Formats: sequence, C-alpha cells, structure tokens
Amino acid sequence: MSKTHVTTTINGEPAEFLAEAGLTLLDALRDEVGLTGTKEGCGSGDCGACSVIVDGRLVCSCLMLAVEAEGSTIETIEGVATGDTLHPLQRKFIEYAALQCGFCTPGFLVAAKSLLEKNNNPTETEVRFWLAGNLCRCTGYDKIVRAVMDAAAEMRGA
Amino acid sequence: MTYIGNKSDLRVVGTRPDRPDGVDKVTGRAIYGADFRLAGQLVGRILRSPHAHAKIIKIDTSKARALPGVKAVMTAQDMPNITSEESFVGEGPTNFRDQSLNVMARDKVLYEGHAVAAVAAMSPSIAEAALALIEVTYEVLPHVIDVEEAMAPGAPILDETLFTAGVDPKPTTPSNIAKKIILKSGDIDAGFAKADIIAEGRYVTAAVHQAYIEPHACVATIGADGQATVYASSQGHFMIRAFCAKLLGMEISNIRVIPLEIGGGFGGKTIVYLEPVALTLSKMAGKPVKLVMTREEVFRASGPTSGAVVEVKMGAMKDGTIVAAQAVLKYQAGAFPGSPVQPGLMCAFAMYDIPNVHLTGYDVISNRAKVAAYRAPGAPISSYAAEQVVDDLARQLGMDAITIREKNAAKAGTKTVYGVTFPEIGYEAVLAAAKSHAHWKAPLGKNQGRGIATGFWFNIGGESSASVFVNEDGSVSVVSGSPDIGGSRASMAMMAAEVLGIPVANVRPIIGDTASIGFTNVTGGSRVTYATGMATVQATEKVIEQLKQRAAMIWDISPDAVDWKDGQAVPAGANAGGFDPLSLAAIAAKAGKTGGPIGSEVSVNAQGAGPGFGAHICDVEVDRETGQTTILRYTAIQDVGRAIHPSYVEGQIQGGAVQGIGWALNEEYIYDAKGKMDNAGFLDYRVPVASDLPMIEAVLVEVPNTRHPFGVRGVGEVPIVPPMAAIGNAVRDAIGIRMHSLPMSPPKVRKALDSGQG
Amino acid sequence: MSGLSYTAPSTISEAVALLANEAGLAKVMSGGTDLLVQMKIGRLKPSLIVDTKKIPGMIGIREIGGCFVIGAATSGALMGEHAGLVAAWPGVVEATNLIGSTQVQGRASLAGNLCNASPGADSPPAMIAAGAIAVIAGPNGTREVPVEAIVTAPGRTSLGKGEFITEFRLPKKAARSGDAYLRFIPRTEMDIAVVGCGIAVTLDAAGVCVAAKVSLGAVAPTQLVVAGAAAALIGNKLTDAVLAKLDAECQAVCKPINDKRGTIEYRTKVAGVLARRVAAIAFQRAGA
Ligand SMILES: Cc1cc2nc3c(=O)[nH]c(=O)nc-3n(C[C@H](O)[C@H](O)[C@H](O)COP(=O)(O)OP(=O)(O)OC[C@H]3O[C@@H](n4cnc5c(N)ncnc54)[C@H](O)[C@@H]3O)c2cc1C
Ligand code: FES
Ligand code: FES
Repeated sequence: MSKTHVTTTINGEPAEFLAEAGLTLLDALRDEVGLTGTKEGCGSGDCGACSVIVDGRLVCSCLMLAVEAEGSTIETIEGVATGDTLHPLQRKFIEYAALQCGFCTPGFLVAAKSLLEKNNNPTETEVRFWLAGNLCRCTGYDKIVRAVMDAAAEMRGA
Repeated sequence: MTYIGNKSDLRVVGTRPDRPDGVDKVTGRAIYGADFRLAGQLVGRILRSPHAHAKIIKIDTSKARALPGVKAVMTAQDMPNITSEESFVGEGPTNFRDQSLNVMARDKVLYEGHAVAAVAAMSPSIAEAALALIEVTYEVLPHVIDVEEAMAPGAPILDETLFTAGVDPKPTTPSNIAKKIILKSGDIDAGFAKADIIAEGRYVTAAVHQAYIEPHACVATIGADGQATVYASSQGHFMIRAFCAKLLGMEISNIRVIPLEIGGGFGGKTIVYLEPVALTLSKMAGKPVKLVMTREEVFRASGPTSGAVVEVKMGAMKDGTIVAAQAVLKYQAGAFPGSPVQPGLMCAFAMYDIPNVHLTGYDVISNRAKVAAYRAPGAPISSYAAEQVVDDLARQLGMDAITIREKNAAKAGTKTVYGVTFPEIGYEAVLAAAKSHAHWKAPLGKNQGRGIATGFWFNIGGESSASVFVNEDGSVSVVSGSPDIGGSRASMAMMAAEVLGIPVANVRPIIGDTASIGFTNVTGGSRVTYATGMATVQATEKVIEQLKQRAAMIWDISPDAVDWKDGQAVPAGANAGGFDPLSLAAIAAKAGKTGGPIGSEVSVNAQGAGPGFGAHICDVEVDRETGQTTILRYTAIQDVGRAIHPSYVEGQIQGGAVQGIGWALNEEYIYDAKGKMDNAGFLDYRVPVASDLPMIEAVLVEVPNTRHPFGVRGVGEVPIVPPMAAIGNAVRDAIGIRMHSLPMSPPKVRKALDSGQG
Repeated sequence: MSGLSYTAPSTISEAVALLANEAGLAKVMSGGTDLLVQMKIGRLKPSLIVDTKKIPGMIGIREIGGCFVIGAATSGALMGEHAGLVAAWPGVVEATNLIGSTQVQGRASLAGNLCNASPGADSPPAMIAAGAIAVIAGPNGTREVPVEAIVTAPGRTSLGKGEFITEFRLPKKAARSGDAYLRFIPRTEMDIAVVGCGIAVTLDAAGVCVAAKVSLGAVAPTQLVVAGAAAALIGNKLTDAVLAKLDAECQAVCKPINDKRGTIEYRTKVAGVLARRVAAIAFQRAGA
C-alpha cells in the first residue's frame, strides 16, 4: 500500500512521517513519531484521551487522518512543559492529586491548556463543559476541576 | 511497632506531598500497556464470536495462514486443554479451566465477543485482513441473557456438566444456577413475628462495567528456550504469571512479568484475557507479539460486574429496632460461574446489629461476558436494595434516616451473619459525622430530594512483599510488588520516610517485576496500603536495625546503645558516649566497610484488615417532564482508619462515588434480541462526564485500625457501595415514588411519574 | 482498509470530477467525525476519501446583506465564534455547538452532520426551522435545495453521484423574529439526541406570531417539519392553551423507534415537552 509523506511541526520541531491513507493522526503520533504520551481510550472520539491541538484547535487525534496534518502545527502533551519547567497546569495537577492512574491526564492537560488560552478566567461550569469530552474514571473530576481553576488563577496572577 | 499514637507526632503521614511518579504522568513519559514496544514485535488481533451462544463446528485458518505477512494463527487447539481446578489467583475464586475457556473458546462460544482465534502479523492491516479470512462454522444455539430467565426451568443450558452446588440432594439435571448459598443467624420467622412494621422490595440492577479508560494491553515474548517475558498493565503481575503458567502449562520460573503503568482497573484487571494469547502467538511466530484491545472489545469481552435481582424484607419494632432482615440475591456470573454473590450476601446488612437474618444467594450463568471484580464486588448491589428498605422503615416510623441507623449500628463486638465479630470500627463515628454535617440540614427546593445510604466493605490483607534499600548516598529505594493505580507509590514512600524519619523526597518507590520482588497479591480489595504498607514498614524497621548496628560499629559501642531518631543514629544516652549523630548518608558512605550494602526485604501475609464504613448524602433534582435526575450536592463520609496521603484518599472516595452515580443514573449493558451488546462504546455506555457533576465532598473520619502500624484501613471499595441507594432514596424523596430498578434513567423516571409506580 | 486513497482537491470542479469518476465508494470528508468512526467499526469501506477542506470557501462564514453563507465544512467552533451569526441565528449556532465535545466541535461541520443522515443529528432541525438552503455542486452544475430535502432516510441523502454540498445559506433575519433549539439527552454532554426540536418564529408588533416553522429530530426516520405545530403558533401569543396545542401537534407526528436511546412512548412525550420549552425561548428572542 502506498504511503504519503507528511511534513508537520510537532511541539515546535519539524517532524516528518509516512502514513497510509487510513492512518489516524493518533496512530501516526504514537507509532510513527514515537510520541506515546497521547493515549487511546476509545478510538472513536468519546473519551478525549487522544486530545491534541492542531493549528490552535483542540481535536481528538483519533478522529483525524494523519495525511490531513500535512503542513500543520501540532501540540501534544510532550510539548506542554517548557524544557524541564512544568506548565502551571501540570504543577497544579500534581499538587491537587488531580490524577490517579494518570491515563486520562495527558488529554485533560492538553484540553485544559486550550481552554485557558481562550478563556483565562473560566467559571467552574465553563471548565466542566469544556472538559466534558475528556473522560476520567478514577477521580470523579473534582480535583481536576479545582486544579484547572487554580492554574488559571495563578496564570492570571490572581 | 505501631505509629498510631498521637497523630500530631507524624511528620510525613497525613501530609500531601507531590507523588513520586507525578512528573512522568503529567508529561506523557509514563509507559502504559499500549505504549510499550519491542523491536520486531508483531501485531496481534483476536477474532471474536458474533453469536451469543453457539457450537463451534469447525475453524478453518488455512486462508489466514497463507496471507503474506501473517506469522501465526492460533485457536484453543494451540493451548493445553486443562482440567477443572479451583483457583484463588486474582480477586475472588475462579476455575482455571473456565479461565482458559474464557481466554479462548474451545467447543462452544458462550457470549458475543468470546474469543475464538487470534493472529499475529506484520502490520495492523494485515492482521485485520487475516481475521477476515478465518472461517468459523457455528451452530447457533438458543441464548439467555436475563438472570431470572436463565434460572427458569427450560432455559437454554450453557454447560451440560453444571449442577447446582449447595442443594441437597444433589440435582440430577444440569442448571444455569451454579451455586445456591444460604447464610443465616437467629430465627427469621420469630424475628418477623416480633416486628411491628415490615418494609420490603424487589430491586433490579443492570450489569455495569468498570470502564477504566485504558484498554487491556500487553507485549509478550518467548524464546526457543521457553523463557518468557510479558510486559503488561494489570492489577497484579504475579497474577498474570500464575494464570499464564497454569493456562499454558509452563513453569512459573520461566515466566517473568514486567508491570507497566496501569490506566485504571477497579477490579477489572485482576484476571487475564490477552497475555496467554500473546504468549502462544509469540511462541508460534518466534517473535514478540503485542495485543491491545479496542474499546469495543473491552465492553464486549472483558468482565463487567453482575446485574442482579435482589429481594429484601426487613422488620422493625416501633422504637426503630430492626429485628429481622431477609434477602434473596440472584447475581449474574456471566458465561462462567463466579459472581460476587457471596460478598453481596455478607455485606447486605453488615452495617447493622440484627438478631435474625436470613440470606439466600444464587450464582447464575448466562450468555454474557464473564463478570470480573468491580470495586467492593457484590456489595453495592445488595446494599442498593437493603439501604432503600431501611429508608422505607424509617419513613414508616417517621424516624430520621440517620437515627434509625444509629439505633441499629454495628459496633465493636457485633457478630456478623458470616461469623466474624467486628473489632473497633467506625460506623457510629461515620453516622455522627453525617448527622452533624451541614448538608444533612440544608434546605431543599421544589422537585428536590435528599437521601442517605451507608455501606460496608471488609477490606482485605493477604500476601505482599516490599524491600527497602539504603543507597550509597543515603537515599532510599522502596521496591514493592503492587502495581500503582491510584498513588500507592506515594503512600509506600511516605510510610518508609515516616519510619526512617527522613523527608519523603529522599525515598524513591518503584514497582518490582515478578523476578525482582517477592510474591504480591493483586492491587485490589483495598489491600495495598494495608498489606504492602505493612511489608514496607517492617522492611524499613529492619533497615533501621541494620543502621543502628552499623553506627554501633563505627562508634565501636554496643548496638543496644544506639537509638534511631529523626533520621539519624544517636547514642542512646549519656552512658553510650558523646558521639555526634550519624546521618543516613554518613552511615551509607561507610556501608562497604561495615558489612556491605544495607537493605531488607519483607514478605507478609497480612491479617486483620480493618472493616470500612461510609455514609453518602445526596441531593437531587428531578425534572418531572423529562424524568432527568440532576445531582445537586454530594457528601461522602468514610472511616479510613488513617489517611496516609489524604488527597489520594479523598480521590478514591470521590472517584468511587462518581462511579456509583453513573451506576445509579445511566450506566447499563443493553442487549438486542440476538443477545448482542447494543452499546459497546462510551457514546451509549454513559459514564458520568465532568458537566454532569457537582464537586464531591469527601469527609475523612479516622478510627485507626490497630492492626496496621499507622492504623490504615482500605479505602478504595467502600465509596462505591452507598451511592445507588443514596440516590434512590433522594429520588424517592423528590418525587414521592420509589424507583425499583437501575439505572434510574430518564425514561424510567418519567414512566414512574406517569404511572405512579417506580 | 486496503486500497484506500485520500485526496484533498483545491477546487470544487476537481472534487466533483474525483467523486464522479471513482469506480469504488467515494466519500466526501469534512470534519471526519462521523466518517472515521464508521470506517473504524467497519460500517463504511470507502476506496476514496475526498477532503473538501482545502477548497476555498468550504470553511468560513460570510455575511451578505444580512444573509449568512456558511462554508459546508465550517466547524461548529468557528460558528460559535462568529458574533454576527450568533446574534442573528442563536438557535442554529446552539444546535451546532451541541454536537459532541469541545474536541469534536473543532472539526464537526454542518454538511457532515446533515449528510451523515442520522435521525438524531442536532443541527438539521434548527437549520430547517431557520429556513436554511443547501447549495450543491455536482457534475451538472449547482443547485439549491432546502435543508429538509437532503435527508431521505437514515444514512441516505438525495445527493447524486459526484454531488456534494458546498455551502449553506441562512436568510436575512426578519424583524421581531427568533429561533431556538433544544435537545434531550440523558447526560449533560456527549450523547446523541433522544429528541431534538428547532423552532423559528416571527412576531408582529403586538407579539402575535405571524410566521413559524417547527422541526423535530430523532422522532422519525428523518427530521420532521411539523406544519400543525407551526399552525398552532401562527396567529397567537404563547398562552398555555397554545403551548398545549403545540405539544399535542408535535406528539401527534412522532413516529419514533424503541432503541438504546429511548422508547417510543418517552420520545413522543418529550417531543411535546421540548417543543413548549423551545417555543418559549424563540418567542422571547423575538421580543415577546
Ligand atoms: C464523540 C462524538 C459525539 C458526537 N455527538 C454528536 C451530537 O451530539 N450531535 C450530533 O448531531 N452529532 C454528533 N456526533 C456526530 C458528528 O460529530 C456530527 O454529525 C458532525 O457534524 C459530522 O460532521 P463532520 O464534518 O465531522 O462529518 P464527516 O464525518 O466529514 O462526514 C459525515 C458524512 O457526511 C458526508 N459529508 C461530509 N461533508 C459533506 C459535504 N460537504 N457534502 C456532502 N456530504 C458530505 C460524508 O461523506 C459522511 O458520509 C458526534 C460524533 C462523535 C464522534
Ligand atoms: S481515543 Fe480519541 S477520543 Fe478516545
Ligand atoms: S486518573 Fe485514571 S482515568 Fe483519570
């Protein structure tokens, strides 16, 4: 089967890979590029574990073809920290114990980051609805919501 | 030694440090089941039955084998045909033969999704093409899904060799009822005769899945010498080793299982599905094989917990004293025997001191995926019924729902129906905390209601191993055999740091593989902080003994003259000599000269896990036109013994409560007329999402368990026991109608409102 | 799986030619949030995917003399960010924004939502109530049809081989008019509608309804236009009696099925409930 050569920017670095037409961006990131921080919980858009930001838009990488990513800029969980400095959301997730098994965590962090880029002062309800496409089965969401709100407050300098 | 004493003396235990694996898990570095890969690994795929019940007439794999890029194709014929043997691997009893047949069907498929063959190929697309080329000839048989239909005479029989155990005389015709169990105390008829009032009800629950977000995954490799390594995410790598050895006829010493990070389990990852298949394929192909389930496979083929029918009848006197309690529990086991009906029976009324109890349980097989453990297996189902009947008693008596529970509360010395007498327990303390909580008295609006329910779980101990090493620079490594699902690394490090008197940051906890640490039971049953924690504490104490000896050698005094204080060796008193304290680092630096490396491993079979109790208060609002129930406020109170890391304890409680909310309102296995699951995905298997919920307030009550060095009781199971009844009671309060089946989904509630009957 | 190709043409005519000339199954892709799921579960096995997002005009919203032209592949997220569209047709935007999660919103389009032809799709009832027109390109040129003429049965549309939707047009919003959409789902997010209802109304100066269109979703094989319900509103203010009539008219036309998402009885009743609630919002938006 012929593969397409795809050129992208991932977490600020140029990245290239080969993709069959049906390959999802999720599988390309995990299997071709080797970035396994982005998780697969369902493969059908229902759990958000595969969340990435493509050209500034939060999407499920399992619901996008890898070949569509040609020329685009992709942010994954591996790019959320700057070097060894954690993003405030990452610090707050640890501080608040907003993760138990941690499997949903990359998706939540990427989704929450995209929220705070759009709205730096979200209400609890806004946080809950923005993150409704990210399933967490361990925490009951309480500590996740608190961590996001507190990270927002810190980032606002509040 | 015990460290329960005065809580304020503790410096590490009870604080909230960052978890040691936190950075790995917020940066994507942590390696979970599907993240792992070996060079040259093949892609495995499993072919599954499209039928709920059928005979396998023939499996023709020749075309699949001939497809270029296919390296192995297997069926049950490629695994040993093992005989029936009871096993206690994992959580709860199973049978090795059933496990083998569940991993790969041999003569019959017993549920839709049952594995019938597997392939290993060079790429996913080749593997999928190969599955399509496997020809299975089935003779479709009548199927049965519902538990009571499966029990009825004339039901399609799944296993002609199964005769109901526990009835006398032994039956002569096969049955889907694998077992009948009776538990009793006192005289139930006399009890009801004494009662002034009676409340009763028949309750139905749906099968629900643990719905961990990480699907099952593993990589297995086996060499020509028969040495195998399995990399897998699970709740117990020793469990995987034991099952693989038994199911494949291998020696335990030839299998090494390396634990990967696990993305949730809740009991569902205490048995094997993939590993024996991956090993068999690897052996046939001579290469490593990776198997990862899809979400659909997780729903169709891995174990949910039982759906059930529960009938409860209780009698009380005018003053609120409960004098009789009776229940009949019919639990689905799935395709093979082994539902959690036994713990369901034991937990149903365990919160109460009731003189006359009679419990009957049935373990029933039907054409569903074999059930697996799910948080407090069995208890939520029976409590869902029992705690609503208690609510009805209180209503009939016009008594406060907490008061009636206080009046009948189990306490130290109460003898349970299953024979155990409770030690010091915290049920009364939990009720007191509930009664004094502002939530209990807060005002309610129109169409709103409040409910409370309580729950019990034994918590378990069992076999665990941990080792503690002092490294050359004085840092400390703690190795344990318990996979970390929810922050247990942090707890192990904290207990070791507390005992050693050093900062927790100086302790690095890791999970050892099956070849590098002693046997350890699964992470389940709320046992890790208790049993593995006990092993960790004892190993740390042994290390302190060694440290004292080394200090004594350095000072050239008797070891008895050395004390360990605040992370340092100090002379025991003025007579011991005037030495400056020796730090861990100072002793470690001289370890080579004082006898070699310092470290100790301890294995325990911990007994006396502390029974756990919780009470949940819930406010709901019901939309009378759509039947939709919204959770407005939720408070979960629990006796945790002692919270090592309170944030993770709260997290267990919040997470369990929310799983219970899903179970109560929307989650269910839905089957079509052909016995196929109709909602095998997260779109229609509706777990709670963030916007469905309020904050969940977790209130920790601490009545220490005297048998653990820090007073730990397990915490992970109790919080899923009360929610269904708490919400049921709240809905009853809001609409004036008692709902009798789960989930209390909008169509059901609307129907109840229209008909006046729930 | 095998033999799938992907192409992203840059003109409409190229796309039409690719779709028309493909021997196997050619599928148009906008956001892919339905298409990729159906491919994954094996329900669809296309040989060619024609991604329309690189064609100028397929993504974006233009306001022309008060009318709105929405590129067929425009995501829900973009629609929600367009202040002019939100002000004029809040019901349409709300309906579109109800589709899936934030992540799905980043990709899901009106064309995909409509052409997937699911009875439970959220945006079609709102689009139908608003009087939206679909512009279709094909081998024989372009044609314009009302949105309600697209879906013919579950999974089926009236589009011919080689045809695809290029844009949607929403009319200029009349004075004293308003639209709204509500759906019922068991959770608060991430479910497919058990019932959906879109209503657009125009009132006169006295607050009496002079024009109305009511559409229901998930209660029949295709979205319904409920003429009787519109008639119940026209000439009236929103009194209890009018609401009761509206409720009854909506219930009367429902022909739902029993499935994992709801029962016939339940869907029918809730259709009436939603219609009342939606009408109240639409009237209020129209200035009642
Ligand atoms: C997790 C999840 C949640 C969802 N929730 C909802 C929901 O709440 N409500 C809801 O209504 N839907 C929901 N959906 C379904 C889906 O997201 C929507 O239907 C969406 O609008 C589809 O748009 P798309 O652009 O992604 O379509 P695509 O997947 O690109 O296409 C869908 C279909 O339309 C065809 N098509 C696409 N573009 C055109 C065109 N321009 N002309 C002709 N045909 C075309 C395709 O060939 C395909 O058959 C959900 C999906 C997921 C995965
Ligand atoms: S894996 Fe993409 S949403 Fe679940
Ligand atoms: S922490 Fe386990 S799923 Fe969220």
